[in-house]
Amino acid sequence: MKTVTVAPEAPSSRKSSGARMKVPTRFLPVIATFVVFVATFGVGSVRYEGFASGQVMANLFIDNAFLIVLAVGMTFVILTGGIDLSVGSVVALSTMIAAAMLRAGWPAWLTVVVVLAVGSGLGLAMGWIIHRFGVQPFIVTLAGMFLARGLCFVISVESVSIKDPTFRDLATGSIELPGGVTITYGVVIALLAVVAAVYVLHLTRFGRTVYAVGGSESSARLMGLSTTRVKIGVYVISGFCSALGGLLFSLYMLSGYSLHAVGMELDAIAAVVVGGSLLSGGVGFVIGSVVGVLVLGTIQTLISFEGTLSSWWTKIVIGGLLLAFIALQRVIVRRS
Amino acid sequence: MSSPAVLRNRLLWPVLALVALLVLNVVVTPSFFSLRLQDGHLFGSLIDILRNGAPTLLIALGMTLVIATRGIDLSVGAVAAIAGAVTCTYIASGGDAWVGMGLALALCAVLGLWNGFLVSVLGIQPIIATLVLMTAGRGIAMLITEGQIVTVDSPTYREVGAGFLVLPIAILISLAVLGLVALVTRKTALGMLIESVGVNPSASRLAGVKARTIIWTVYVFAALCAAVAGLMISSNVSAADANNAGLWIEMDAILAVVIGGTSLAGGRYSLTGTLLGALIIQTLTTTVYTIGIAPEITLVFKAVVVIAVCLMQAPIRIRVRQGVPA
Repeated sequence: MKTVTVAPEAPSSRKSSGARMKVPTRFLPVIATFVVFVATFGVGSVRYEGFASGQVMANLFIDNAFLIVLAVGMTFVILTGGIDLSVGSVVALSTMIAAAMLRAGWPAWLTVVVVLAVGSGLGLAMGWIIHRFGVQPFIVTLAGMFLARGLCFVISVESVSIKDPTFRDLATGSIELPGGVTITYGVVIALLAVVAAVYVLHLTRFGRTVYAVGGSESSARLMGLSTTRVKIGVYVISGFCSALGGLLFSLYMLSGYSLHAVGMELDAIAAVVVGGSLLSGGVGFVIGSVVGVLVLGTIQTLISFEGTLSSWWTKIVIGGLLLAFIALQRVIVRRS
Repeated sequence: MSSPAVLRNRLLWPVLALVALLVLNVVVTPSFFSLRLQDGHLFGSLIDILRNGAPTLLIALGMTLVIATRGIDLSVGAVAAIAGAVTCTYIASGGDAWVGMGLALALCAVLGLWNGFLVSVLGIQPIIATLVLMTAGRGIAMLITEGQIVTVDSPTYREVGAGFLVLPIAILISLAVLGLVALVTRKTALGMLIESVGVNPSASRLAGVKARTIIWTVYVFAALCAAVAGLMISSNVSAADANNAGLWIEMDAILAVVIGGTSLAGGRYSLTGTLLGALIIQTLTTTVYTIGIAPEITLVFKAVVVIAVCLMQAPIRIRVRQGVPA
């Protein structure tokens, strides 16, 4: 652990060294995301009575807890310059395994362990293939997506409801916060995952290597960093996060179903991009991804408050937002 | 490497995979290869594969050129949905089928220009640039159809996806485009220029290649291919479904391209490979039905085959990549 004292942000200076050492530039995308979040929330508060309440804010977290966890895992992968398309299917597979095991009478704790193990195992397998055979992450995780979705159908074609008392208690239980705001246990788990991710990414050797690999894999390898472990490790983390997100999703829906979370990988990627990470790797923050999820969630809440707008506007607005953020990043990258 | 030339051919594994799938089909259903002529139309399992694979092949052709420039186009599925939506909405409101299709092609060309603009002028990563339209595109298609499934009754329009000229018209269109692309890119310098842009855009530009124009062109071409494929899909059922038309077809197309030996890292492409890839994908789907694999494990089967074909090609790719520092 002799490299512990190196500042974690150092590897994020890409191409033009030195010029990007200014702290504000690095945080600019995240700050911009936060401004957009405050702005969209502000628009809602002005337009609709009761929008600017603590509970609406809490609901943002409750309704998007699983997506936050997914975006955290995706951030790791994207920071290394990879991509994981399998997360949505792994969420579905996790809900399915959980529901099927609980229906068969397995204890809840064992179910949780198995689900997390399967998710991490899938991630490990994909990471290994990507690294060992040099196949594009896009293709391998795409196959992973088919595989996980297929395994769901193998378990059951129909929706399986969860009746286990432990899961039900966890799902319906709520925590009272000051000010009469309630949150679910899912939110607590999601926030813990965020804290853990921030710790790993910024205060461990693994995290710094993630940034280094994203900045330049060959340089990182020449520096003697364990790129193999990191390149495979991020997919394990993403798989684990997908499984955890799947557990949260099964608490949210109280069922396992093969067609849960179709296309959710795109939401996760969108959240990470809106949160200021570059898909080429090396630049980005977990907090940015969390705010990215909140922005997407706020837009959905806005559209449901509006009532007259159809749901497809959500897609168009998210597409527009993506574009705005990419344009913003281009401006920042060109200036530096 | 001292292995014989045939073993070093990039197309060896895709050909073997396709042959293996066909043999598997014949073993299970001996009548698999039988064709019959009825009312001047050819019928049979092989024809079905060609007909159902036509949209994937067409989109994969556009995708091949995009990938050869080291790009990717995720928006093709959404563009296909938009093309179907525009045409069906226009026909349903009393318009002429030809004008409707023309409108759809024009709009999709504009969408291709948009993708090309983001990638070549603004320099945005292709995967992100096209993700914008992939996300927003289905919303736009829903907007056009107002969230309904628009059904039409137009004999002219139906011909595109379901018509026959001995062979299904859909596959004739796809093969014609394949021939055209092969002619234009392989008999002129265009193909080499596309590959050079894929290897190194700035070096190509310095060498006098109009890299920006080429990149722009391939995205417009990919969008046009997607549009025609979208017309085939919607005309086959005489309806436009903004939500499900062309759903995940971008994934199938990318798989077809990759299975065909075109590297996602850009710089080289194989049209024959793409044809093989598209046929493999479609034969795979048909095989699942003919040999009676339970529909539940279709996706697992597909995933296993894809991984297998990719791994077979992997050692070749690693060797190629080592020659060119990343």
